[in-house]
Amino acid sequence: MDGAMFAFALSVLRLSTPLGIAAMGELVAERAGVLNIGIEGMMLGGAFAAYAVATASGSVLLAICVAGLSGAILASVFAFFVLERRADPIVCGTALNIFALGATGTANRWLFPPDVVFQTAPQAMDLLPGVNAFAVLAIVLVIAVAYFLNSTRTGLEIRAVGERAEAAHSQGVPVMRLRWMSTLFGGLCAGLAGAALVLWISDSFVEGMTSGRGFIALSLVLFGGYRPLRIVAGALLFGGASALQFRLQALGVDLPYNLLLMTPYVLTLIVLALFAGRVRAPADLAKPFQS
Amino acid sequence: MSWIRATLQPLAAVFVALALSGVLLAMLGADVGLAFGALLGGAFGDALAFENTLVRAVPLLLVGLGISCAFRCGIWNIGGEGQLYIGALAATVLSTRLLSDAPGWILLPLTLGSGALAGGLWGGIAAALKVGRGVSEVLSTILLNFIAVLGVAYAVQGPLQEFSNAYPQSDSFPEAARLALFPGTHRVHTGLIPALLLPGLLWMLMFRSAAGLRLRAVGLSPEAARYAGISPERETIRVLLLSGAFAGLAGAIEVSGVTGRLFENLSSGYGFTAIAVALLARLHPVGVIPAALFFAALASGSGAMQRVAGVPSVTVQVIEALVIFLSAGFALPRSER
Repeated sequence: MDGAMFAFALSVLRLSTPLGIAAMGELVAERAGVLNIGIEGMMLGGAFAAYAVATASGSVLLAICVAGLSGAILASVFAFFVLERRADPIVCGTALNIFALGATGTANRWLFPPDVVFQTAPQAMDLLPGVNAFAVLAIVLVIAVAYFLNSTRTGLEIRAVGERAEAAHSQGVPVMRLRWMSTLFGGLCAGLAGAALVLWISDSFVEGMTSGRGFIALSLVLFGGYRPLRIVAGALLFGGASALQFRLQALGVDLPYNLLLMTPYVLTLIVLALFAGRVRAPADLAKPFQS
Repeated sequence: MSWIRATLQPLAAVFVALALSGVLLAMLGADVGLAFGALLGGAFGDALAFENTLVRAVPLLLVGLGISCAFRCGIWNIGGEGQLYIGALAATVLSTRLLSDAPGWILLPLTLGSGALAGGLWGGIAAALKVGRGVSEVLSTILLNFIAVLGVAYAVQGPLQEFSNAYPQSDSFPEAARLALFPGTHRVHTGLIPALLLPGLLWMLMFRSAAGLRLRAVGLSPEAARYAGISPERETIRVLLLSGAFAGLAGAIEVSGVTGRLFENLSSGYGFTAIAVALLARLHPVGVIPAALFFAALASGSGAMQRVAGVPSVTVQVIEALVIFLSAGFALPRSER
């Protein structure tokens, strides 16, 4: 592999990593029957937390932890309304995305006024040349989630809860607890994905910087057919498309910038149109449960 | 006395949301009284402030109407923002490029009509993907938002850019394609008239016509509706066309009545705030009027809040989100939809 190809492959890995991390969290939540379209907002919350903590403390590890925690805290708000109050998950997910935009925007202008000198966040380390901590985290996460959902008792219980919550409940499976835990795990992953955006892809926080990556991760779960490895393949496809877009820009290809930026969204729509109809979602997805 | 509950619950949601955001602001160390005072003054303090509020209420009201009838049909149209942008784009293409020399009596209706048509067709893409390919409208409308916003950005930097090429914006609309201002006002345009008539019309459609009954039947239970001989697929297509048309009209009115040209960041999130409008109105067409006024007041007061009390204007999005959460979680139990 020559240098340019290697650089391109690294760029693909870098751009797919946050998608893969967020999608693994969403996969577990949806397998438990919780449709969380708020991961876009949880990612944004994680991105801001990572930026604030990394610039204030200089510790990347602390920033990653706080980012995951922020995602989980936002997920607990979502879980309260959706699981306890049985509010509509799509409405609440949308509300959470708006909330995260407003809250991170407020905090950003409060803590980092525009007249203060621009600060960059420290970057997460490469464990090997070119192999970043976040990429390792994503790979470990995919293996762990695949093993967890297919081969552990709790994983199988989670899948039962997503398919038939009533039946699982009658077998003594703690439906509400598993849905809460799965939602919090989804938020944690989204927060970590946000941290990857700030600590690996960009080096600062920009308002609304997730720009739809949460929704793309959501789509990945759907057209990956709820199977971890197919979701990873989808993430690499999208990382590839984004990397290609940057590469074309760098090569000075004469395509309008805004149309290049459009490609991931158009590609997602096309892939959804090709595959979404064939996927069978968990039967009790987005349905409320009352014991 | 269900109408008393239907009025009191949204008021309670607004009150609790404002109180919670007050607590959040106090925790950040802001002067809450000063901030809320500035917010109120910026929204209603003088004639110009009130005009600003009215002008901002128009798009919120129109998009909110569209979203509320889609939600009533069980269709989660999150794409109001994109439909608004596409409506504004179509109106701009028509009035600055295609028909810029046409007389006003034909140009203005065509401008507004093209906006509604384009917005409706943009909603129709989501309908076609859902009915034809099984793609959830939640995802498709969100993705179409990004595509529409970037499409407008491309248009105003490229094919639609103004003659002098100085700024990323379109040529200004010919006088004949502009909505007149009400005499004696600085900003209030005649787009306010359809905005005040359409809620009544939509109420008749939704609650006093067979078409509305079909839409609501699908929202209550698609299976039962199908059993009664109603095709949920056909209603899905109709309601997304209608819903998109409202948002597209809002976009056309915005460029024709307020800005007079197309540029990036035309909307400042009207399409998303309109979701809060529809929910606060409990998806009732007439309730959309006060709900739109409330969120328009927040938006037009937020600038004053930032100037006077140093509270960032984006903070109103936190209030918006809290209103949605509270409306969805407390005021609007699932069984009542």
